[in-house]
Amino acid sequence: MQKKALTGAGASAEAMRQINPDVVAAYPITPQTPIMETFAKFVNDGKVSTELIRVESEHSAMSAVIGASSAGARAMTATSSVGLALMFEVVNAASGMRLPITMPVVNRALSSPINIHCDHSDTMACRDAGWIQLYSENAQEAYDNMFLAQKLSEHPEILLPTMIMQDGFITSHSVEPVEVLDDETAKSFIGSYNPEHSLLLSKKPVTFGALQLFDYFFETKRQQELAMDNVWRFYYSIADELTQLTGRQYPLAEPYHTEDAEVILVALNSAASTIKAVVNKLRKQGKKAGLLKIRLFRPFPYSEVSQHLQKVKSVGVFDRSYSFGANSPLLSEIISSLFGLEQAPKVQGYIFGLGGRDLLEADIEKAFEELFQGKTSFEKKYLGLRG
Amino acid sequence: MQDSGNKSMIELRFHGRGGQGAKTAAQLLVEAALKEGKFIQAFPEYGPERTGAPVKAFARISSEAILTYQPILNPDYLVVIDPTLLVNPSVTEGTTENTILIINSDSPEDEIMARVPHFKGKIYPINASGIAFEKIKMDKSNVPMLGALAKVSKVVSIACLKEAVYSHFISKSKELGEANVSALEEAYSKVNA
Repeated sequence: MQKKALTGAGASAEAMRQINPDVVAAYPITPQTPIMETFAKFVNDGKVSTELIRVESEHSAMSAVIGASSAGARAMTATSSVGLALMFEVVNAASGMRLPITMPVVNRALSSPINIHCDHSDTMACRDAGWIQLYSENAQEAYDNMFLAQKLSEHPEILLPTMIMQDGFITSHSVEPVEVLDDETAKSFIGSYNPEHSLLLSKKPVTFGALQLFDYFFETKRQQELAMDNVWRFYYSIADELTQLTGRQYPLAEPYHTEDAEVILVALNSAASTIKAVVNKLRKQGKKAGLLKIRLFRPFPYSEVSQHLQKVKSVGVFDRSYSFGANSPLLSEIISSLFGLEQAPKVQGYIFGLGGRDLLEADIEKAFEELFQGKTSFEKKYLGLRG
Repeated sequence: MQDSGNKSMIELRFHGRGGQGAKTAAQLLVEAALKEGKFIQAFPEYGPERTGAPVKAFARISSEAILTYQPILNPDYLVVIDPTLLVNPSVTEGTTENTILIINSDSPEDEIMARVPHFKGKIYPINASGIAFEKIKMDKSNVPMLGALAKVSKVVSIACLKEAVYSHFISKSKELGEANVSALEEAYSKVNA
């Protein structure tokens, strides 16, 4: 294993190089572009044997990898923001066709107003699209999660596509130390991909993307949900296998000083890291602060979250996106996780960081302070919002 | 000579204009620090990307894992690649008497001080543009600024910095690699620290 100075985007591209997919479809969009730029260089320099298809839109990018994956190829693309929005029609087709496509998504706000910076409105809008969703705290996780994703997606009992998230600019353009597996180790972890069904296996002819009306559609969708349930059955054996190689742990929901905590914040992606810095600071002052980081958002780990949060007094949930007119996406899941507990903790939702607004340590301390004082409400609260 | 002391994390903020290499400077600095086994982080502040517009880049170097992603509000070191930016209040924002300013300038320290009376820290001018013109034949002053920074701050060794600078520019051309290393060393020896 080698420690390299890589951006989050560079780390994703490095994982793609080692996975060496058969087909990658490329269409640029900020802040995803450096992933494809770097990967295209690998293709040009002969570092991978991938066929790189330059397409004319994100809708075409997803359509191309759907075609390739149906033909039995290991296929990938990457996107952000409105690119993912343009893909949306076929994003759902990929999961419905049970294709193990993997796709790094660099989180960026959706228009309008137009904005190139980070929030999670893009991938949250796809949370019901039938994809496995893994969120990454830093460049290292953006790298590691690519390997988890590939194995999860291709597991014959799962066969679902996976999105691997990282925060736009904050992670994608920040240089950090990343421990990179040896090529051979990475290759043997991933293994070869030999699907049981594909369009090119002429001895076992199959149809992908069939028309199903009231006759079979419902049953097909039910099978998709059962495949999601299978993620629970196989996740930890895959994660443990990766831990053997990296020494790092991959819990679905990662507890950080939660054991004796009075207040726990819950967050996704890079915010979890900044919250850890604040937890360390508060712990030095003797304050019982903790964090629960959610790695897997789809399927959502309700029982693990409930176990970690059930004894705490107050929980603050940090959302980097809205669900306009309703509880924001992460808050909604946390409330569901706690429902039915005899002494459920009080929960406060916080919206922060939309369109790349900085999340400052002072904002996080403010939230902890309010929650230590037991101040919770059903109102949305905001961090870093003017006026 | 200033010493980084026992503080576990050093925070540096680079100010330049689009195209002057503030982002590259921050990146090369942390790459050098990684070679020394330090924990590192470097990231630019992205606005609308235009050549000539003021840009900031941030770097953190630490003996412990770096967790925070907030921008650097109170820099230990301020590296100003374009001296015309100095009068912009956002450049000196968050500085204290402990902040060390390294600025690309051939003016003496007291003249610079007079331009930023509210800045209470120590100032180290270095004529990085002059060095760049001489060694690289163009005003690419980000690398000589790193040479001065290495001498003043001791956050990284000049040897590791040389390695990082060389391997970055060699991908463009051998001449550029050598010229930048030479500019780096020249600034290192010339800065009055």
